[in-house]
Amino acid sequence: MSEFTISRRTVLAGSAFLLASTALPTIGLAQTPKKGGRLVVAADSEPRNLNPAIVASNGVFFISSKVVETLAEASFDGKDGLDPRLALSWEGAADGLSVTFKLRQGVNWHDGKPFTSADVAFSALQIWKPLQNLGRTVFKDLEAVDTPDELTAVFKFAKPTPFQLIRNALPALSSVVPKHVYESGKIEENPANNAPIGTGPFKFAEHKPGEYYRLEKNADYWGKDQPYLDEIIYQVLPDRTSAASALEAEEIQLAAFSAVPLADLDRISKVPGLKVITKGYEGLTYQLVVELNHRRKELADLKVRKAIAHAIDKDFVVKTVFLGYAATATGPVPKNDPQFYTADVPTYAFDVAKANALLDEAGYRRSDDGKRFSLKLLPAPYFNETKQFGDYLRQALAAIGIDAQLVNNDSAAHIKAVYTDHAFDLAVGPPVFRGDPAISTTILVQSGIPDGVPFSNQGGYKNDELDALIAKASETLDTAARTELYKAFQKKVAEDLPLINVAEWSFISVVRDTVGNIANNPRWAVSNWADTWMEA
Amino acid sequence: MNRALTLIRRRLIGGIFVLLIVVIGTFLLLETAPGDAVDAYIASTGGDAGMIELLRHRWGLDQSVLTRLANYLWALLHLDLGQSVTFSRPIRDVILERLPNTLLLMGSATALSFGLGSALGIYAGARPGSVRDRFLSIGSLALYAVPGFWLGLVLIIVFAVDLRWFPIGGIESIASGKTGLDRAVDIARHLVLPVSALGFIYLALYLRMMRAGMAEVWRQDFVLAARAKGLSRRRIVLAHVARNALLPLVTMLGLQSAQMLGGSVVIESVFSVPGLGRLAQEAVAARDIPLLLGIILVSAVMVIVINLLVDIAYAVLDPRVGASEASA
Repeated sequence: MSEFTISRRTVLAGSAFLLASTALPTIGLAQTPKKGGRLVVAADSEPRNLNPAIVASNGVFFISSKVVETLAEASFDGKDGLDPRLALSWEGAADGLSVTFKLRQGVNWHDGKPFTSADVAFSALQIWKPLQNLGRTVFKDLEAVDTPDELTAVFKFAKPTPFQLIRNALPALSSVVPKHVYESGKIEENPANNAPIGTGPFKFAEHKPGEYYRLEKNADYWGKDQPYLDEIIYQVLPDRTSAASALEAEEIQLAAFSAVPLADLDRISKVPGLKVITKGYEGLTYQLVVELNHRRKELADLKVRKAIAHAIDKDFVVKTVFLGYAATATGPVPKNDPQFYTADVPTYAFDVAKANALLDEAGYRRSDDGKRFSLKLLPAPYFNETKQFGDYLRQALAAIGIDAQLVNNDSAAHIKAVYTDHAFDLAVGPPVFRGDPAISTTILVQSGIPDGVPFSNQGGYKNDELDALIAKASETLDTAARTELYKAFQKKVAEDLPLINVAEWSFISVVRDTVGNIANNPRWAVSNWADTWMEA
Repeated sequence: MNRALTLIRRRLIGGIFVLLIVVIGTFLLLETAPGDAVDAYIASTGGDAGMIELLRHRWGLDQSVLTRLANYLWALLHLDLGQSVTFSRPIRDVILERLPNTLLLMGSATALSFGLGSALGIYAGARPGSVRDRFLSIGSLALYAVPGFWLGLVLIIVFAVDLRWFPIGGIESIASGKTGLDRAVDIARHLVLPVSALGFIYLALYLRMMRAGMAEVWRQDFVLAARAKGLSRRRIVLAHVARNALLPLVTMLGLQSAQMLGGSVVIESVFSVPGLGRLAQEAVAARDIPLLLGIILVSAVMVIVINLLVDIAYAVLDPRVGASEASA
C-alpha cells in the first residue's frame, strides 16, 4: 500500500517517476473484492457526443469506456503492452496488407443481441475510417474488412500498413459499436451517440444535463464475476475547487484527471481516508511544448530557436509549475514510452549566457532598452499548467532580451488564432502522445497540412529530410526498423527544433481508500473498470 | 384597473423593441468573438481538415453572418428558438430544463434578501444612531463587500465539509428516487447554501436602503404630527416611517432582478446547480450562439416581466405613479 500513496517529496526526488511507475505492474488492496456499491466520480465537463468510436478523446472515454469496449486495452504486463478485450488475438500479415482479429465468443450487446465480426467490420469501415478524429489518419488505407465467420475479422489495407501502428492504436481507436443500432439513418445523428449501447461491464442508464451521468451494472457481462460495482455516477462539478471539497465531505469517492488542482494535493493527501495516486495514466502522456511560427524571420533562424531552448529551465518548470508531478522532456517522444523513446538526442541545458551569445551571433543585438525583438506568446488555455508556463516563458525570454507579449484566449479563440489564422509567434501547447508517433505526434512537425487543423504543424515549418523520414516510417513494416526510424525522427526534431519539448506530465487521481483495484493499467481512468470494487 | 392595463400595454410595446435590440446586438457581438462552435469543439477532440469542413457545413456555420441572423430572426418570429449545436437538442427544451432551478434559486434568494434585509433595515432604522443600528450598518457593509464566490466557498467549507449539515452542491440528491414532499425537502436542503450565498450579499443593499430611507422620513413633519397625536412608537415606526421608506426598495427589487441573474452565474458554478447562468457560461465557451441568444432572450423576458410587476406594485402602493402614466 504505502508505495502507492506518494508524498510530494518522493515525487520531487525522482523526476523520472513516469518511467518508474511502469515497473510496478499491479496495484490494489490485498483483499478479496466485494460486490455492490455505488462509485461516485467527479466529472468536470459533459461531452456533447458520447460515442467513443466517433470521438476518440479522454473526456469521452472517461465515461463511455465503461459502456463501449475496444478490441484491446493497454496493459502493464501483457504482450505488446496489450490486454485482450473484444478481440482475443491479433495477427498482422508479413506484407502489411492485412490484420486478422479473432473475437471473443459469447458476448452480447446491452440490448441482448449477439456481438459478431459484422459489428467490428461496420465500426471500422463506417465509423473509425470516415468519422473518427484519430481513425481518419490511422485507418485511411483500410479498404475492406472480411468476415469469414462470426468470430473472425480480417482488416484489408490498400497500402502496406505497419502492424505495430495498428496494435498501438487499438486501446484508443478501436471502440466497437453495434451495427444493428447504427446501420439505419445518419450515424452522426443517431440517438445512441448520447446514450451509448455497447458490450461493456456497465450500461448507460441516464444523463441529467448539468447534474450527473449514471451507469448501471451489466449483469450479462462476459467477464467472470464482473463487474463488482452496481453503479457508477459521474457527478458534474464545474468549479475547480468543488472536487476536493466533495471528496472531503465523502460525497464522491474519486476525482481523476487532476480534478483536484496540484496546489491542493499537499493538503488533501493529509486528509484521513484519501489517497493521492499518480499511477494509471502512463498511456495518457501530455507534452508541454513551445510551438513556433517559422514565418517570423527571427524564429526561422535555428540559432534563435536554440537560444530559446537554452533559456528555459526545464527543472524549474517541473518543480514550480507542475509541483514535481512531471518529468523534463528531451524530444517529441516522452521518456516513459516503452517502445520508441531514445535519450540519444541533442539536449539544451539551461544556460542564459549561451542563449544570449547565440542571439548575438544570429545578429539580433540588444537595443538601448535591452530588448532584441518582440514576440507574441499565446499559452493554450486548457490547463492551469499551460497558462502558468506561459507566464514563466515570458520571464525566461525577458532574460535573453526577447520581449514576449502574452495573449490569453479561451479555447475557441486560441484554436482559431494559432491553427487557422497563424496569429502567433510562440504558442504553448499540450499535445498528447498516444503510444505511437504516427497517431498524433509526427503531424506536429510534418509539412503540407491544410490550415485550420488543430494540434498540427501550423507554424509553417518545412524540412524535407524530416518529411522523408516520417513518410518512410509510415510504410516501414518491420517493427525494429520502424522503431529505429522514429529514433532518428526524435534526433532530427531535437536537432532542428521545429518545436521545443519542455516537459511531460500525466494526471493525478485522488481516491477514498475504500475503493479497490484502481490504477491497474496504463490507461486506467479511461478503461472499463470491470474489476473496480468498493468496501461497503 | 384601467391604469394597470395601459401600463402593461405601454411596457409590452417597449419590451419588444428592447428584445429585438438585445437579440441583434448579442448576435453581432458573438460573431466578432474569435473562433466559432467548430473551433470550440475541436479544441477537445482534434480532427483533420475534412472533418472540420464537414462539421462547419452540418452546423450551418459555412453560411454568411447575415443569412444566419435572418434565419434566426425568421425562426424566432415563429417562436422557434432553434437547435443547440452543443446539445444537439431543441434550445427550448434545454432552457426549460434549467429555468426552474434558476427561478427557484433567484426567487428564494430575492425573498431572503428583500424580506430579511428590509426587516433588519426597519430594526436598525427604528432607532437611528443606536448601537444596534451601528452594528447592523457595519455588518451589512462588510457582507456587501464580500465577493459572492468567496462567500459560497466559505459556506461550503464550514457547513458542507466540516459540519456536514448540508450537501456541497447540486440541486437534489443523485438518482435517489425521492418523490413528493421528500423530494421538496431534499431540494430545499440543497438550496440552503447557494440561496444564502446569493441572498446575503444583496441583503445588505436592502438593509442599508431601508435604514437610510427611514432616517430621512424620521425628519418629516408628519412624523412629528404622529408623535404629537400620541401614537405609540411601534405604530409610528411600522405604519408611518417604514411604509414611506419602502417605496424605493420596490424599485430596487426590479433593478436587482437583472443583477441577480448575473450573480447566479458564479453561484451556480460554485454550487454545481444546473441553472441558466451556468448554461450561459457553457454556451459562450462553446460559441453556441443560438443557445446563448435563447438564454439571453429568456432572461430579458424575465427582467421585463419582473419590472412590469414592480410597476404594477408601485401603482398600487403609490397612486401618483399610475395617474401620471395614464394621463400622459
